[in-house]
Amino acid sequence: MLDKALQGGRGYWAWITLLLLLIAAGFACYLRQLEYGLGITGLSRDVSWGIYIAQFTFFVGVAASAVMVVLPYYLHDVRQFGRITVLGELLAVAAVIMCMLFIFVDMGQPGRVLNVLLYPTPHSLMFWDMVSLSGYLLLNAVIASVMLGAEYKGLAAPGWIRPVIYLSIPWAVSIHTVTAFLYSGLPGRPLWFTAVLAPRFLASAFASGPALLILLCLALRRLTSFDAGKEAIRKLGVIVAYAMTANVFLLLLELFTAFYSHKPEHREPFEYLFSGLNGHHSLALLMWLSAALALAALAALLVPRWRENERILALASAAVFLSLWLEKGMGLIVAGFVPSPLRRVTAYAPTAPEWAIVLGIWALGALLVTMFYKITVAVREQV
Amino acid sequence: MKLSRKDFLRLAAGAVALAGAGGLVHAVNGPDATPRLRSGQDRKRWGMVIDLQKCHEEKGCDRCARACHATHNVPGIPDKAHEVKWIWNERSADVFPFQPSEYTNQSADAPLPVLCNHCTDPACVRVCPTRATWKRQDGVVMMDYHRCIGCRYCMAACPYGSRSFNYEDPRPHLERINPDFPTRTAGVVEKCNFCEERLARGQLPACVEACPRQAMAFGDLNDEQSAIRRILARRFSVQRQPELGCGPSIFYLV
Repeated sequence: MLDKALQGGRGYWAWITLLLLLIAAGFACYLRQLEYGLGITGLSRDVSWGIYIAQFTFFVGVAASAVMVVLPYYLHDVRQFGRITVLGELLAVAAVIMCMLFIFVDMGQPGRVLNVLLYPTPHSLMFWDMVSLSGYLLLNAVIASVMLGAEYKGLAAPGWIRPVIYLSIPWAVSIHTVTAFLYSGLPGRPLWFTAVLAPRFLASAFASGPALLILLCLALRRLTSFDAGKEAIRKLGVIVAYAMTANVFLLLLELFTAFYSHKPEHREPFEYLFSGLNGHHSLALLMWLSAALALAALAALLVPRWRENERILALASAAVFLSLWLEKGMGLIVAGFVPSPLRRVTAYAPTAPEWAIVLGIWALGALLVTMFYKITVAVREQV
Repeated sequence: MKLSRKDFLRLAAGAVALAGAGGLVHAVNGPDATPRLRSGQDRKRWGMVIDLQKCHEEKGCDRCARACHATHNVPGIPDKAHEVKWIWNERSADVFPFQPSEYTNQSADAPLPVLCNHCTDPACVRVCPTRATWKRQDGVVMMDYHRCIGCRYCMAACPYGSRSFNYEDPRPHLERINPDFPTRTAGVVEKCNFCEERLARGQLPACVEACPRQAMAFGDLNDEQSAIRRILARRFSVQRQPELGCGPSIFYLV
C-alpha cells in the first residue's frame, strides 16, 4: 500500500523535489544551530520562546481538529464525512509529527531529549504534553492505517477499531487542553494566566484545522480523481463558521477583562500586541492583519449564501487559517514575555536561519500530507 | 514462516514501541534520587536580607555582582539578548513595579541588586520536565547543568526573570576561569545557586562577603535567633511580588 506514494506524474515529483529541497535547507540551518546554539535565532533572555514554540502550539490545534470530522461521523452518523475522516486523521498524524519537531528544534540540548523519559516528572505539564501528544500520534496512526488497509483489501474494518476511534475523540480535546495548561498555569505571565486559554485554544483549533481540511479537499478535487463531495465541504464550512465565532468571542472576553479592569499587568501585553509598548510595536501590524482577516472571514462564513459558494468558502478558509496562524502561531506566545518580569519590552523577530528551520518543518509536514493523501487517493481509485 | 515486507515493518514498529514503553515503566518505578521536600522546624531555610539604604549609599557599586560572576564563571557576553547573569542591579521601579508615584520621594531610578529568590514554592521547579532544577531541603533552588535539556520552561515560569540561558558557548567570554567551579556549555539554563559550594565549606555567599557596606545579611530563616531573623523582626521589609505565591527568600529593607 505504501508504494502508492512512489507512483506519480511529473507534477507530483516536482512538488516532492521542492519539498525535499526545503527540508534539506532547513536541516542545514538546524545543523548550524546545533553547532552554535540557539543564539542564531532571534530569541533573547527576555523573550525566551519564539516562533518554534508558537508554531508547535498552532499545529497542536491543527492536529486536535481531526476530531471535528471524526466526532460527527462516528457519534452523529454524519455520512458525508465518511470519505474524509481518514483525511482528518492523516492530517493529525502529520501535524503531531510537526509539533514534535518544533519542540525538538527549540531544545538547547537535544541530545538529552530522553531525559524526559528517564526522569519522568508528573508535576511538569511538559511531561503530560509528551504523553498526550505521543498517545494521539499512535491512536491516529493506528486508526488511519487500519481503516485504509481495510478499504484497500475491500474488507469491513475490524470491530476492535471502533473503541479506539471513540478514545481518540476525548484524547484530541486533551492534547490541546494540556497545551494550554503549559501556559495558563504560570503565575508570572499575565497574558496566559487565564482559564479561558484552553477553550480559546480549542475554538481556534476547530476553526483552523477544518479550514485547512477544506482547502486540502478542494486541492484534491482539482488535482486528483478524489472528490470529498459538496455536502462534506459545506458541512466543514459550518464547523469553521461556528468555531471561528467562538474563538473571536473568547478573544473579546479577554480584551474586556484586560481593558475594563484597567489592571496594568493584564492590559500591557494586549497593548503591546495591538498598539505597541514603549515604542515597540513590531507585532501590531500582524495583529491588526489577523483581526481584519478574522472579521472578513466571519462575515463571509456567517452568511449562508456566501458560505455555500465554494470560491468564497475557500477564501474565507484561507483567511481563517492565516488569521489564527498570526494570532496563535506568533502573537500569543511572544507577547506572553512582554513586558518581562523586570519590566523590559524586548522585540523579537525570527532570524533567517530560524525561518529556514520553520520552513523545513512545514515542508516535512507537507511532504507527509502529500504522501498520505496520495496513498489514500490511490486506494480509493482502485476500489 | 514467511514475513511480508509490511508485516516486517509492523513488527519493527511494535518492537520499538515496546522498548520505549519498557523504558518508561522502568523509569517510573526506578529509584528517585531527588530528596523529598518537607518543612520542619529542624530544617534550615537559607535566606537573605538586603538593606537598600546601605546599598544606595555606595553609588555605582556592583561589587556583589562582580564577585559572584568571577566566583561562578559567569560570562560577560556583550550582546544584551544573550546575557547571562546571576546577581545584578536593576532600577527600583522595575523591581517593585507600580509602587513609585509622583508624590513620594522614592527614587525610581535607584539601582538595587536582584538575584534568584530561592522560593519556598518555586514555579521553575514545578515546571521542569526533567527535575534538572530542584529544591534542596535547606531551601536552595539548584540546577543540574548536565541534566537540563534547555527547554527554557523554567524561564517562562520564573516570575522574577532570575534565569539565564546560554544562547552560545559561554567559555570564550570568560576573562578568567575559576577552576573550583564548573563552566557551562551552550544550551543550558543557569542562575544563582546561593553559593551552595561555599555554604558547604561554612563560608558566606560571595556577594555578601564582597559588599563594602555589609548591606547583605545571610542566614537561616527558620532559626529565630539568627541575625537575619533579628533584623527582620526589627525593620520593615518587602519581598518581590509575594502575591504570586512563590514565597521568595530574599527580603529588602526599605
